[in-house]
Amino acid sequence: MEKYAIQIESLTKRYDEVLALDQVSLHVEEGELFGLIGPDGAGKTTLIKILVTIIGADDGKASILEMDTRQAKKSIREIVGYMPGRFSLYPDLSVEENLSFFARAFDTTITENYSLIESIYDQLKPFKDRKAGALSGGMKQKLALCCALIHRPKILLLDEPTTGVDAVSRKEFWQMLREIKSQGITILVSTPYMDEANLCDRIAFLQGGKILSIDSPKNITDQFPWQLFAIKSQQKYALIEWLRAWEKVSYCYAFGEYLHVAFEDNTIQAKALNNYLGTGSISASEITVISPTIEDTFIYLMEHGTRC
Amino acid sequence: MRNIFILVRKEFLQIFRNRQLLPFMTVLPVIQVILLTFAANYEIKNLRLGIWDLDQSTSAQQLIHKFTGAKFFQEKALISNQKKADELLMKDEVDLVLVIPKDFEKAIHSSNNPAIQFQINALNNAKAGIVQNYASAITQDFLNEKRGNSTLLASPKIIPITNYWYNPTLNYKTIMLPGIVAEVMTLIIILICALNVVREREIGTIEQLNVTPLKKHEFILGKLIPFWVIGHFIFWAGIALGKIFFNIPMVGSLGLLELFLAIFLFVPLGIGLFISTAVETQQQALFTSFFFIILFILMCGLFTPVETMPDWAQYINQLNPLKYFVEVNRLILLKGSGLKEIYPFIAKMIIYGIGINLLAIWRFKKTN
Repeated sequence: MEKYAIQIESLTKRYDEVLALDQVSLHVEEGELFGLIGPDGAGKTTLIKILVTIIGADDGKASILEMDTRQAKKSIREIVGYMPGRFSLYPDLSVEENLSFFARAFDTTITENYSLIESIYDQLKPFKDRKAGALSGGMKQKLALCCALIHRPKILLLDEPTTGVDAVSRKEFWQMLREIKSQGITILVSTPYMDEANLCDRIAFLQGGKILSIDSPKNITDQFPWQLFAIKSQQKYALIEWLRAWEKVSYCYAFGEYLHVAFEDNTIQAKALNNYLGTGSISASEITVISPTIEDTFIYLMEHGTRC
Repeated sequence: MRNIFILVRKEFLQIFRNRQLLPFMTVLPVIQVILLTFAANYEIKNLRLGIWDLDQSTSAQQLIHKFTGAKFFQEKALISNQKKADELLMKDEVDLVLVIPKDFEKAIHSSNNPAIQFQINALNNAKAGIVQNYASAITQDFLNEKRGNSTLLASPKIIPITNYWYNPTLNYKTIMLPGIVAEVMTLIIILICALNVVREREIGTIEQLNVTPLKKHEFILGKLIPFWVIGHFIFWAGIALGKIFFNIPMVGSLGLLELFLAIFLFVPLGIGLFISTAVETQQQALFTSFFFIILFILMCGLFTPVETMPDWAQYINQLNPLKYFVEVNRLILLKGSGLKEIYPFIAKMIIYGIGINLLAIWRFKKTN
């Protein structure tokens, strides 16, 4: 059997009444950038916390490089880097003090693994004497990433690193993840943002503690079975009402200023669609055929269950 | 060992950086010790004295002089009947009515027990107690002078005050100061320890530490050691202050006091740690700590004697670390007790320290 970076088999975790993880199975290959996509409360954080050995699962098995998360806590902690969802460094210590503290905690020094964090830390250097608590959101996140990488982990686990970060910083952050991946580090990253899924090698959709689908972003969007139209109109709400009333419509959701619509019957084309809108005295300024996004697929999978 | 050093270093870095906490730990205790020592004083001067002299003899005059001659009592009114005495007491115009009965002088010179009466205004019961103590002491003194050796024959209705023994000048500062130092230090150590550990949980750093190879016992020691050092600083700074400003006696061995302190400190540290494991936020930690601290302070024997508490309270008070410290402080500094007398206290503190810390560590491992 091939050696996986992360292997999870029917993992179950329950908090009182809530089933946070329900028979979750997945694996992450070495060197992969794996995305855990799902809304708040899907179980992403729980899954990551089990992997970094902070909490224990109720049932099932999780292992990192073939080390069991229950038995080999100590060895696992030496080879994983973890960045919690919430900023968890010492706000009263400076940037440099935080970094050197975590380096020492892993029995290493900043200089020893500097090459790994160089490109990120370069941006922090002008602020190295500033207290971590006084940094901007984007800078805090970079510092947290440096601290998680300072011991050159084999596997990096990031819990919603881009939540609450502006669009530019998010882009930068994914650029950094690409660079880290190129150094041979396996990355598992969770995010509630569907658009970030495209940047991963493979993704797992998590919803209500269950996995809906695991595949590459391309293969995932291929699971969307219908032709998809994007419609733009001034009468947005009337448009939604009118389309949802049409029994042939199988999928109808608003995405920004566009409405994404699909039909069970793939023979329906833009022209027929336009005609129908005409009967409701709605004029569409734009009707185009588009390829489904990750989010379209996620909504589809949520409504129709898995087909894999 | 290396890991503990890393954590201790980090802790000191944070402590010296904290602009609110550092004065809280250094300047405030000093102010508290000075203020409390001056304020918590049982010496009362200028008590108002009402005199009802039925004897009108030389001895009666001498006794009255004895009362008003000292700085404690001041003659306020001469009284000739009980109605007047009651009235003055009811109106809170006198603190004590001294009643000298007829034949007082005769009784002194005969073998009879001379009797005098104190009618004390007990509006403030603590004050009333002091009035009684003073009045008894003055009367006792007077009788001793009058009768000389013959005191042995009579058994005056006077209660001796044992407090005076190791503090002959009745200087309450010397009793209060070491106790207040111990009290302030214990309060700060419990609070700092509880708040600091909860803070790590509140800001999430404990989660980050949990995924490092640092172990939980190393984390705990990394917390306890810096606060142990700070406890020493506060205590000895307070005692030095007492020596310089109030010239408190240091009869016993300071080395022995240090030995007791070094062991004792693990008790408040353990209590703080235990509180931190039982609460979620710093606010909860603060209120939980206050609950214990106030009980500890009020029951430690500094403000009310432990011996007068009901049995059940004394039983619970066995868990009050301050009680032991206040006692040991007095034993060593005022009385000069040695290891032989202090040994039972040390043994109790070792048991208490180990017990509370094991409990705290067990809970800590469970909650984090």
